[in-house]
Amino acid sequence: MSIEARFEINKGDFSLNVEFTIPEQGITAIMGPSGCGKTTLLRTIAGLERCKNGFLKVGETTWQDENVFVPTHKRSLGYVFQEASLFEHLNVKGNLQYGLKRLKGLKQDVSLEHAVELLGIEHLLSRHVEQLSGGEKQRVAIARALVLSPEILLMDEPLAALDSARKQEIMPYLESINTQLRIPVLYVSHAVAEVARLAEHIVLIENGRIRARGETAEMLARLDLPFARDDDAAVYIEARVVSNDEPFALSEIAFPGGQLTIAASHLSVGQDVRVRIAARDVSLTLTHQHGTSILNIFPVVVEEIGEREGAQFTVRLRANGTSILSRITRKSANILGLKVGSTLFAQLKSVALCS
Amino acid sequence: MISEADLTALFITLKLAALTTLILLIIGTPLAWWLARSRWRYKFLLEALVALPLVLPPTVLGFYLLIALGPNGPIGQMMQALGGQPLAFTFTGLVIGSIIYSMPFVVQPLQTAFTAIGQRPLEVAASLRASPLDRFFSVVVPLARPGFLTAAVLGFAHTLGEFGVVLMIGGNIPGVTQVLSISIYNHVEGLEYSNAHWLSGGLLLISFIMLLMVYGLNRRFSLLR
Repeated sequence: MSIEARFEINKGDFSLNVEFTIPEQGITAIMGPSGCGKTTLLRTIAGLERCKNGFLKVGETTWQDENVFVPTHKRSLGYVFQEASLFEHLNVKGNLQYGLKRLKGLKQDVSLEHAVELLGIEHLLSRHVEQLSGGEKQRVAIARALVLSPEILLMDEPLAALDSARKQEIMPYLESINTQLRIPVLYVSHAVAEVARLAEHIVLIENGRIRARGETAEMLARLDLPFARDDDAAVYIEARVVSNDEPFALSEIAFPGGQLTIAASHLSVGQDVRVRIAARDVSLTLTHQHGTSILNIFPVVVEEIGEREGAQFTVRLRANGTSILSRITRKSANILGLKVGSTLFAQLKSVALCS
Repeated sequence: MISEADLTALFITLKLAALTTLILLIIGTPLAWWLARSRWRYKFLLEALVALPLVLPPTVLGFYLLIALGPNGPIGQMMQALGGQPLAFTFTGLVIGSIIYSMPFVVQPLQTAFTAIGQRPLEVAASLRASPLDRFFSVVVPLARPGFLTAAVLGFAHTLGEFGVVLMIGGNIPGVTQVLSISIYNHVEGLEYSNAHWLSGGLLLISFIMLLMVYGLNRRFSLLR
């Protein structure tokens, strides 16, 4: 079941003109600067916002075209807002059952029990909404959308209103939804770290147009997009633990481009991990340095050089099939004589373990 | 003590207030909803019109109603054309007058309550498969419960104390249009202070108890939530 959409909205200075298809499962992140139309796009898909020239087909059902406009309450969707927006006159269970009571014999793949278990909210069922923490509220809101077994799940910055501890609390639940339920998810966000962890695909919107779209890892490493040009640019790499160096509280992890040493004491051999390598923690040398405090040094080939603007710019390097980014000064680039195809050594000042 | 005529007046008053409140809740709810939701440019005209009885002397309102409802007025003529009677000096006429007179006391609390709910709960309900009517009854009504209670009690209490409008369009017909406030006036005019005391004290008590109910229940609602 795939999703095909085409929308054209013009409201004063604001315009949105997009056309895209979404894969049948997995999380697709919609990113872009604030005011670019991310939320409007999501609301238009839900039918909460009207768009005259629009086309939207979800699986076999046309939700909108020249002749058809299916109202929101007849669309098989789940919507999670930035604020949990639970009904205050109902308790947690009442909130979860609200949509369920209105499904009226339509197919329900996700049972209430399953959704409750997925989001870990068994102990909250009889609570009143006001007795919940921000993170708990959002988990209930997500479960409330899931029990409808929607054909598409729309999430509008569901973590943006939460502090980082609450984000960390919810993230694993979102990951398990993605692996356990085969629902396409559209996830509006502006937080790269969140998207890097959750989303398979990114659609980047700028000024109401789709600027670029593609797989997450590839998008984050593209030098023509704002992600890689940012001071916080980073790549995320999947790796596997090969050995532990317990006396030093270090672990060796292997990825297609080589091996890395990371500071971690709780990992077990064979475990899959994700690490974040920030572009500004990657420095380049012409020769393999010895007598340095840096543990991670490996050969790389310059794959692409970003626009040389300002003091610093980003370079994309290839380490045996894996792309990493390095943020260096223009002066250093001149000293190194940097060109596409040059072989250099990357020195990683730090590697952060995610999840 | 309370005479038979006073009891009749009390009964007419309660009937008038109950009927007015019921009708106002029925027509005031969609009106307040529309006022809370609509983005029509000239909405303020209607808002001003609804609020007019708040500032207009009741006798002025009663005077115009008397003219409109009387045998030569547009509504009176229409009633006669339909084979009915003019509405001045009838109980129906009183109900019509009371509806207009108490309208802002019902519509304004409802409008405030509806506005406070905002768009979000309705959007959530729509995303959870609730049709527009279903959304109104399953989300708006429970969330606006304190607003409904305030509207009902204010509408009822305000109609109870009506005097000017009733005197103008209802006259003072015992058993038909003579309400409590007019009976009190009559007793005072006839220097029957003891009867006036009984009725006035009774009305004071009823009004106070009703307001206690509003504030007490609204407090309970907010504690429940």
